[in-house]
Amino acid sequence: MAVYKHSVSLEPEKCKGCTMCLKHCPTEAIRIRDGRAVINSEICIDCGECIRVCPHKAKKAIFDKLEDIAPKYKWKIALPAPSLYGQFENLDDLDYVLQGLLECGFDEVFEVSRAAEIVSEYTRRYMRKKDVQRPVISSACPTIVRLIRLRFPYLCDNVMPILPPVEVASRMAKENAQKAHPELSPDEICTVFISPCPAKASYVKNGISQNASSIDYVVSMSEMYFKLIGAMKAVENPEITSTSGTIGISWASSGGESSALFNDRYLAADGIDNAIKVLDEIETGNFPYLEFVELNACPGGCVGGAATVENPYIARVRLQTLRRYLPISQNRLEKNDEPDDYVPDHMQLDSPITYAPAMRLNANRGIAMQMMSDIEKVYELLPEIDCGSCGAPTCRAFAEDVVKGECKIEECVVYMRERLRAIWEKQGEEGK
Amino acid sequence: MSDVLRFHYDIDGENFTSAGEASVQVKKKLRQLGFPPDVIRRVSIAMYEGEINMVIHARGGDADVLVHPDRIEIILEDQGPGIADVELAMQEGYSTAPDSVRSLGFGAGMGLPNMKRYTEEMTIESTVGVGTKITMVVNVQ
Repeated sequence: MAVYKHSVSLEPEKCKGCTMCLKHCPTEAIRIRDGRAVINSEICIDCGECIRVCPHKAKKAIFDKLEDIAPKYKWKIALPAPSLYGQFENLDDLDYVLQGLLECGFDEVFEVSRAAEIVSEYTRRYMRKKDVQRPVISSACPTIVRLIRLRFPYLCDNVMPILPPVEVASRMAKENAQKAHPELSPDEICTVFISPCPAKASYVKNGISQNASSIDYVVSMSEMYFKLIGAMKAVENPEITSTSGTIGISWASSGGESSALFNDRYLAADGIDNAIKVLDEIETGNFPYLEFVELNACPGGCVGGAATVENPYIARVRLQTLRRYLPISQNRLEKNDEPDDYVPDHMQLDSPITYAPAMRLNANRGIAMQMMSDIEKVYELLPEIDCGSCGAPTCRAFAEDVVKGECKIEECVVYMRERLRAIWEKQGEEGK
Repeated sequence: MSDVLRFHYDIDGENFTSAGEASVQVKKKLRQLGFPPDVIRRVSIAMYEGEINMVIHARGGDADVLVHPDRIEIILEDQGPGIADVELAMQEGYSTAPDSVRSLGFGAGMGLPNMKRYTEEMTIESTVGVGTKITMVVNVQ
């Protein structure tokens, strides 16, 4: 398995080695070693929780900078995520944002919400198929897809094999630009995604399963926000260029993707802990009548991404206002003779989502069983208070680390205190 | 080397909201042990249904999961009312669950049939007024 490149980094000088990130990491991917947080990239899902909770701002998402864009690119296309529109106060027209992006140096803007509307059309088609695993789980949130790959092996086949909107946007944008500007060669055109979260940056670096991404750069929404604020002030009469509808904009917050299916047998949950609970229930076979499941790792959906500026619920209200006078959808499939459940190959993942057994203790089951048995023995010696002082999130995780040889049981302060007390008492008795 | 791992869970019958937690714990362990997805799913469904049954009908009980390299055994034991007619209880759609849990979506009469469907072996020992012991086995291919 190729090494997964995650998008959360640590500024060691700011990290105090406290246990905030340790305690909030949903996959227990963090340990405190030598007084600093260390992330195990094999099981990190880039949810951004550690960035959100770090009181010392030591955790940073890794994004590209606008300055990183190579000079060989003559045609730079911005791909704004729909959540971007919810960041601005008193915005009443999306065109100000799009014009602002052009002022910031982009040659063209292609709204991700446009692609989202196309994905919604194809999702409706996909849902008509008789032979697919239900409930169908959305593939739009890369953190959720990775979580399923690592922890919910049985649900891999339920993940909808349709490309996420940002990927479709990049491919459509490049194709359109190529047609409009035949003088440009394909490697002179680049797409730059303006992302609400580090997970999308990781998606671009790693692809989904084996599927490589066509996006060239991912910049953070918060960085772009501050550039845009200035640029948008100068915009007086923006050109009318936005072709987003209500459906496309709605993808920015939880439930938006589902509502575009016109099918009420759906579930939409947001926040990583809620998503895990829902997946556990689905894997157990609950909700047999459910057709579609939309899960977003961030609270409120993409508007709650770790790289956004505004409070997710305020952003959501702004989007409600913005979409009030928009058409339902401005991007539809052309009418043709295709069957009503047809999804073309170019809209689908090249290879299926597969289980990545990163959680297993050892590839050899006999060894894994022996380790598990040893873990239980170590665990019994521990206080079960999950204090985190040892650098592991729970006593159980610590027991696993001890058996894996990553640390020694003496690093448990409570265990050591008890041992010392036993020694003192013994010495006291001997002294009598 | 130990050839069998044993995990014990107290199923708390007083707290309905905690029902299903042991199943999640077992799932995590089996994943760590590297069992195939299909085995993990079957064990967790059988365990989940059994757990829910114990909470609904018997005010909880004990669950033991024995992990052998080639099979997983689930033993659920309670001191509940017992099952008067096992054959009838095994029929799909038959349920004696009270309305209070039906309103939560349980009590569809699929618990025992599902436990049988997802396991290779299932035996029910039950005495009315004494309790019920269910043993299930999922084989690992």
